[in-house]
Amino acid sequence: MTAAETPFEPKIVAFCCRHCAYAAADLAGTSRLAYPPSLNIVELPCTGRVDVLELLRTFEDGVDGLLVAGCLPGRCHYLAGNLHARQRVDYAQRWLEDIGLEGERLRMINLSAAMGAQFAELATEMAETIKGLGPSPLGTRRAAGEIPSIGCAACGDPAPSLAESAHDRGDGR
Amino acid sequence: MIVAKQKPLSELTAMLDGYRNVLAVGCGTCVTVCFAGGVKEVGILASALRMARRLDGQPMSVAETTVQRQCEAEYIAPLAEGLDEFDAILSLGCGVGVQTLAERFPDKRVLPALDTTFMGLPTEQGVWEERCQGCGHCVLDITGGICPVSRCAKQLMNGPCGGSQGGMCEVDSDTPCAWQLIWERLDRQGLADRLLEIQPPRDWSTSRDGGPRRIVRDDLRLPPPEDV
Amino acid sequence: MMDQLLAPAPAAQAPAPARRFKSGSNLERMLAAGHFAVTGEIGPPKNHDADVIRRKAALLQGCVDAANITDNQTAVVRLSSIASGAILVGQGLEPVVQMTCRDRNRLAMQSDLLGAAALGIRNVLCLTGDHQSHGNHPGAKNVHDIDSIQMVRMVKEMRDEGLFQCGEEISGGGPPLLIGAAANPFADPFELRVHRLAKKVAAGANFIQTQLVFDMSRFREYMKRVVDLGLHEKVAILAGVGPLKSAGMARHMRDKVPGMVVPDGYVARMEAAVEGVAAEDKTARREAWRAEGIRICIEQIQELREIEGLRGVHIMAIEWEEAIRPIVEGAGLFPRPAPEA
Repeated sequence: MTAAETPFEPKIVAFCCRHCAYAAADLAGTSRLAYPPSLNIVELPCTGRVDVLELLRTFEDGVDGLLVAGCLPGRCHYLAGNLHARQRVDYAQRWLEDIGLEGERLRMINLSAAMGAQFAELATEMAETIKGLGPSPLGTRRAAGEIPSIGCAACGDPAPSLAESAHDRGDGR
Repeated sequence: MIVAKQKPLSELTAMLDGYRNVLAVGCGTCVTVCFAGGVKEVGILASALRMARRLDGQPMSVAETTVQRQCEAEYIAPLAEGLDEFDAILSLGCGVGVQTLAERFPDKRVLPALDTTFMGLPTEQGVWEERCQGCGHCVLDITGGICPVSRCAKQLMNGPCGGSQGGMCEVDSDTPCAWQLIWERLDRQGLADRLLEIQPPRDWSTSRDGGPRRIVRDDLRLPPPEDV
Repeated sequence: MMDQLLAPAPAAQAPAPARRFKSGSNLERMLAAGHFAVTGEIGPPKNHDADVIRRKAALLQGCVDAANITDNQTAVVRLSSIASGAILVGQGLEPVVQMTCRDRNRLAMQSDLLGAAALGIRNVLCLTGDHQSHGNHPGAKNVHDIDSIQMVRMVKEMRDEGLFQCGEEISGGGPPLLIGAAANPFADPFELRVHRLAKKVAAGANFIQTQLVFDMSRFREYMKRVVDLGLHEKVAILAGVGPLKSAGMARHMRDKVPGMVVPDGYVARMEAAVEGVAAEDKTARREAWRAEGIRICIEQIQELREIEGLRGVHIMAIEWEEAIRPIVEGAGLFPRPAPEA
């Protein structure tokens, strides 16, 4: 099979809260419900852990789509982590639009641990959306280790040397 | 604190047109606590700029660093090492930070990533409001601790104007009328009579109108080298 | 210490040769004679067409004792108020030139006040000015070097002491200007409104023109406080009135204009005025509204004349100057008495 004939299998990352969506994904698996095989699940203690910086960096890394899956509104184990995540997803979507990527590549969903079927359904739906949009125009995934580490003089973390922070990020050179 | 907000990405990409290798420099003080130019915001903006430029077919490398205090030469001096490889510095500091960098590195293009907006405070999480314009002659003693220079759209000294209604300003119905606040505060303190005094015209020469201001403290200056 | 409008100033307080009038303006003489004063208002055009001013002036001539000329009203650029005032002087209609603190610093203000006096202008109304965000140059920088109360005092010091703000003497004496100021009894906080008026009086205001009065009960309450403080004896208060043009305008003023209170009763009367008039007949509706607007205005003036301490009315009929005459006539204030020389 040539490259042209290879069907586009979107690379999707799902940031899943361990209290709900992660368990729902597990349930979907044990219930033998199909969801896209290219879905990479990252377990989080709470979607409140998600930051705009991580959302953008994930796209910069070359994913085609990103799901943030948290608890149902009012059911967050930390009270409002899922609500904060929603605000950050909305904010990151505006960044994506400004950058020139479709905002639909990023989506927040809310589930309970019992909603395995819904998880499979929503993940499939997301894969269909991304298939419609096509691969991320940012191109190939960058090599691991190319994401710059940030030094912070403010909080006492050693700042990276300039030589280090000026390290080629894989862009342009 | 000094409160700033990031410029729109489109303005920054236009400003950075033609540059290939940029150093984004955050600041660990005011703009960190107002979430405009700290470590995280530098990371977000740098990532967004790299992606935007990659999509434009004009890839740009954006390195990231954050200094403790961009407005003092000592804190930015270490940036000198290795600066040669960058065509520009993108400062996420306030206007003072940008200028401190530009003064310290006069051969380097230093560009502002933020619009420095005011001196103020957070009134709730995610909301900042102006409280001071640095007019150089504080009148908070006579206005109940509420500043009419920064909080009245007309900088009245004998307010409120006729546009104050329901406690709100005529300019924006979400903004409280500063003079309503002043009156309430003084009334609460039993000092409302003070508002009957006519405040004379201000001497604006202590403000921006007098040109760039300078404060000299002889007791703090270093002795001339020949005396040491 | 307060400037007495009517009583001749004691010799000790008059540095210049004693004169009976501060400005000698028609308005000042009308008030001094104890007549119920009537002033009108002209909005200059957004171009340099002097004929617009002349046409509007002709409509007011004989109906008012003086006509205000607005100064970039609602922060929209218009033909200059002083230039318009000079045109009025030439036509024999006395102007009250409005000046805002928004567009001029103290240098420009003093210079323009001298210029106005040189052109024969004898009345000035000192205003803060609407914020530029409401106008057609929202990105403009506002000035507000001094505020309206400081401006009143500045004009008084120029006129009575012959001094510029810097303390320098004005050679040949200060400009003879009757000093007006605005008052809005309907803005908040209500308790402070009378005090603010008192400050304007203490600063040297000779006359006050109020914001449009629709809420009579609040205005009566305001005037009662004014009389209790004796302010009505120190300053001539002219109540602002203006004819409503339509039910829509009544609603807009009730709901949208900052610092304006329009009771529902007037809105209802304007709405009722077109009952039975076919919606398609735009001309008939317009006429019905306008007739009712003039009727309401006349009734308001009659009510106002009963209020203690009030010395006149200021009729604002911007872009409807034709309404002035029927209002003045209907209120029994026509013809205007000739003031003593």
